[in-house]
Amino acid sequence: MSTSPAQARETTEGPVYTVTGGDWDEVVQSAAKADDERIVVNMGPQHPSTHGVLRLILEIDGETVTEARCGIGYLHTGIEKNLEFRTWTQGTTFVTRMDYLTPFFNETAYCLGVERLLGIEDQIPDRATVIRVLLMELNRLSSHLVCIATGGMELGATTIMIYGFRDRELILDLYELITGLRMNHAFIRPGGLAQDLPAGTVDRLRDFVKTMRKNLPEYDKLATGNPIFKARMQDIGYLDLTGCMALGATGPILRSAGLAHDLRKTDPYCGYEEYDFEIPTADTCDAYGRFLIRLEEMRQSLRIVEQCIDRLEPGPVMVGDKKIAWPAQLALGPDGLGNSLDHIKKIMGTSMEALIHHFKLVTEGFRVPAGQVYAAVESPKGELGAHIGSDGGTRPFRVHFRDPSFTNLQAMAAMCEGGQVADVIVAVASIDPVMGGVDR
Amino acid sequence: MGLEEKLPSGFLLTTVEQASGWVRKASVFPATFGLACCAIEMMTTGAGRYDLARFGMEVFRGSPRQADLMIVAGRVSQKMAPVLRQVYDQMPNPKWVISMGVCASSGGMFNNYAIVQGVDHIVPVDIYLPGCPPRPEMLMDAILKLHQKIQSSKLGVNAEEAAREAEEAALKALPTIEMKGLLR
Amino acid sequence: MTDQPKGGAQDRPNPEKELSEQNLPGQRCYHGEEIRVQRGMFGAENGGDTSGYGGLVRSVRLPGPASRPYGGYFDEVADELEGALEEQGLIPENAIEKTVVDRGELTFHIEREHLLQVARTLRDDPALRFELCTGVSGVHYPEDKGRELHAVYHLRSLTHGRLIRVEVSAPDRDPHIPSLVAVYPTNDWHERETYDFFGLVFDGHPALTRIMMPDDWQGFPQRKDYPLGGIAVEYKGAQIPAPDQRRSYS
Repeated sequence: MSTSPAQARETTEGPVYTVTGGDWDEVVQSAAKADDERIVVNMGPQHPSTHGVLRLILEIDGETVTEARCGIGYLHTGIEKNLEFRTWTQGTTFVTRMDYLTPFFNETAYCLGVERLLGIEDQIPDRATVIRVLLMELNRLSSHLVCIATGGMELGATTIMIYGFRDRELILDLYELITGLRMNHAFIRPGGLAQDLPAGTVDRLRDFVKTMRKNLPEYDKLATGNPIFKARMQDIGYLDLTGCMALGATGPILRSAGLAHDLRKTDPYCGYEEYDFEIPTADTCDAYGRFLIRLEEMRQSLRIVEQCIDRLEPGPVMVGDKKIAWPAQLALGPDGLGNSLDHIKKIMGTSMEALIHHFKLVTEGFRVPAGQVYAAVESPKGELGAHIGSDGGTRPFRVHFRDPSFTNLQAMAAMCEGGQVADVIVAVASIDPVMGGVDR
Repeated sequence: MGLEEKLPSGFLLTTVEQASGWVRKASVFPATFGLACCAIEMMTTGAGRYDLARFGMEVFRGSPRQADLMIVAGRVSQKMAPVLRQVYDQMPNPKWVISMGVCASSGGMFNNYAIVQGVDHIVPVDIYLPGCPPRPEMLMDAILKLHQKIQSSKLGVNAEEAAREAEEAALKALPTIEMKGLLR
Repeated sequence: MTDQPKGGAQDRPNPEKELSEQNLPGQRCYHGEEIRVQRGMFGAENGGDTSGYGGLVRSVRLPGPASRPYGGYFDEVADELEGALEEQGLIPENAIEKTVVDRGELTFHIEREHLLQVARTLRDDPALRFELCTGVSGVHYPEDKGRELHAVYHLRSLTHGRLIRVEVSAPDRDPHIPSLVAVYPTNDWHERETYDFFGLVFDGHPALTRIMMPDDWQGFPQRKDYPLGGIAVEYKGAQIPAPDQRRSYS
C-alpha cells in the first residue's frame, strides 16, 4: 500500500487521524511516532450506566479523563411549547411528566406560579397546603431512593438497587391510594388539589412511617460503612463551594460543599417555616458526602411527613372561588366515572346555568391576568423554578422550567476531568440527573 | 407434572417450530432501552416485588448484540430516533420489539415537533402496550403475550410464507379513517 | 397560531380607544404596556364564528413601570443598583429602561448594551450580591414591535435572601444580546437552550450551538411563529386536528 492507512489531517485542535483499513500494526506505529494518544470515547446516549439517555463524550489518555462533555437533548419533548396550547388546569398534566421522578414538585412549582398570577395565594385552603407538603416530602423520599438505588446499580451493587426499589414501592402504594396513579399524577391543581385524601390514608401513612424508620438504617448497614462503597465514592466528583456557585449547582451538591442553602428554609413556601426539620450538610464536596446528605434528608422528610399527619385538619382542598374550582365534587360512581351523582342530578335536572358554567370551565378554563412570575421550590435535586407568563388568556403564554438536573449536569465536566474513567459514572450518579427534567 | 413418566419410552414428538419457539420464549434477553417515565416502571418490573426473573428475563443486557427484545420504554424524540434504529439494527435476529407506553406507541399527549409519533415509524413493533406509564403488571402481561407470539412463530419456508401473507393482508387493510363502526 | 388575527380583522378600527374607561370590563393591568390587540374569541377568522364574539377587541397589556416606593427590600436593591452604576460613571436611566413591581416581584428592564455591566454590578457589589443566577428564559412577543424577543434572568442573593428579575429585549431583525457566561458561568447551557429555542444570539458565548434539538434542525421551535408541529390523529371515520389547529378560545 503506497499511502499511509492513517490519514493525518491538521485541525485547530491538532492532527486528527482517520483510520480506514490497512494493517493495524502500521496504524499503531504511525500513531506512536506522533506521540499523540488522544482517544475520544463516546458513551451513550444508550448506555446502562449513564442514568438515562445522557451522552458523555470523554477524551481519555490511558485511564485518565482529560476532557469530558455532555450531549443532551435526546429526550427533548417540547413540553414547554405544548403547554401553550392547553388550559392552565391541563398544564399540570404536562409539567408532572417533566422530571418524572419528582412529579409533585413540578406540579407544586407550576401551581404556586399560577396561583400568584391569579392573586389567590392567600385563599389556598390549609388542608390543601399540608397535603401538598406531605406529597412533596414523600416524593423526596422516593426520588432519593431511586438515586441511591440506581447509583448503587451503576457501581455494580445490585443489592442496593433491589432495596431502593422495595422501599419506593411502599411510597408508590401511598401515591396510588391518594391520587390513583403510581406516577404522573396531575393531582395538584391551580387552586388546591384534585381531590381530598381517601378514607384510611392517615393510618396507612403512620404504618408507612413506622416501616420506613425500620428500613432506613438498612442503607447505613449496607452502604455507609462499606469499604468498597467508600473507596469508590470518597473524594470522587469533587466540586467545592466556589465551583457550585459559579455553575449554579443547588441541592445536595451545594450542601455537600458545606452551605446549608435550602429554599424550604431560606425562601419558605407552602408554610415550610412552621415545620421542624434540619438541613444536613457535609464538607467533603464529594459523592460520598452527597450520599450521606440524601440519607439524612430522607430521615428529615419522614419527620415532616409525621408533622403533616398531625396538622391535617378537616376542610376543603380547593379554593372557594367557583370561577377557578371545578364544580364537580369528585366521587367514584358505580359507573366507574368520577362525577358525583348529586352534581349530575343538579346540572342535568334543575340548573341549566350550572351546566353551562361547568361546561365552560372545563372546556375553556379560567382566564389568568397578564404578567409573569417565578415560583421556586426545593426539589430533591435543587432549585426547581417555574417562570410563567400570561397574556390574560385561558392558556399559558410561556412556561419555562429551570430544572435543577439541567443546571447541575453542567458540573459534570468540572467533576470528572482529571479523574479516572470509572469515576465518571460515580460523579454522574452523585449529580442525580433525570433526563426528563434536563431535556423537558 | 409428571408428563415425562406417561410418555412411551420417554419420547415426545413435536415439530421443530414448536420446539424452537418453546426454547426461544423461555430465555428472552431484553436490551435496556429506557428513555423516560416508562423506564422507571420497567426497572421496577425487574426489581423485587414484580420480579421479572420468574420469566427468565431479569438479565437486561447492556449490549444490543446480546439481546433479542427491545422494550422501547418512553417517548422517542427526533434526536433519539437514529440512535434507536441503530441499536435495533445491531441486535441479532430473531428480535422483537415492545412499544411500552402511549408515547412510544403513538406519540401520546406529546403531539408536537419534538417527538416521533409512534416508534413504529422507525422499527417494526410486535406488542403495543398502552398506559402512561403502564403498570408493571401490564408490562408483564405484554411480555407474556409476546411469549405466546414467539411460541407460535414460524421457521424457514413457513416464516417466509407468513411474512408474505402478512404483507398482503396489510396492503389490503382499510385505512383507519375509512373504517366504520365502534372504536375498537 | 390562532392568536394572530388574519385577513380583514386587522383593518377594523379598535373601538376600545373611543370608549370611556368605565364602560370597559376591569383589567388588572389597564395602564400597562400594550403588547398585542386580541380580536374575536374562538379563533375562527373566516366568517365561521356565529357566536357574536367575533367583534370582540381586547388589548393585552403587561404590567407597566412602577413608581416609588416599591415596597419591601425592592427600594434598597434599586437604590444600591442605581448608586453602584453611578459610581461606574453610568447614568442609571440609560441602563435601566424601567422598573416593574408586580405580584410581589421586582423586575429591572435593562438596555441590552449595558447588561454585562449591570450583571457584574449585581453580582459583585457587597450590598447587592446576587451570586446565583437561575438561568435564562426566553419569551417571544411577536406583536410587540421592536422588542419581540425577551431574555429573562432570575437572580438570587444567598447573602441577603433576595430574588430579583432582570429582563432584556431584542428586536427580531437584530436578535443579539450580550452573553452572561463570563459573569455567571452557569448560564452556559441556559443560553445555548435559549438560542436553540428562540434564535437569540448571545454575543460572547464560548460555544453557542444547539443543545436540545439535532444540530441540523431548521428553525427555532419555541417561537410563537413556529407551529407546534403536531399531526392529526385518525380514528374510525373521524380525524382530530393537532392541538394548534383546533378551534380554541383565545
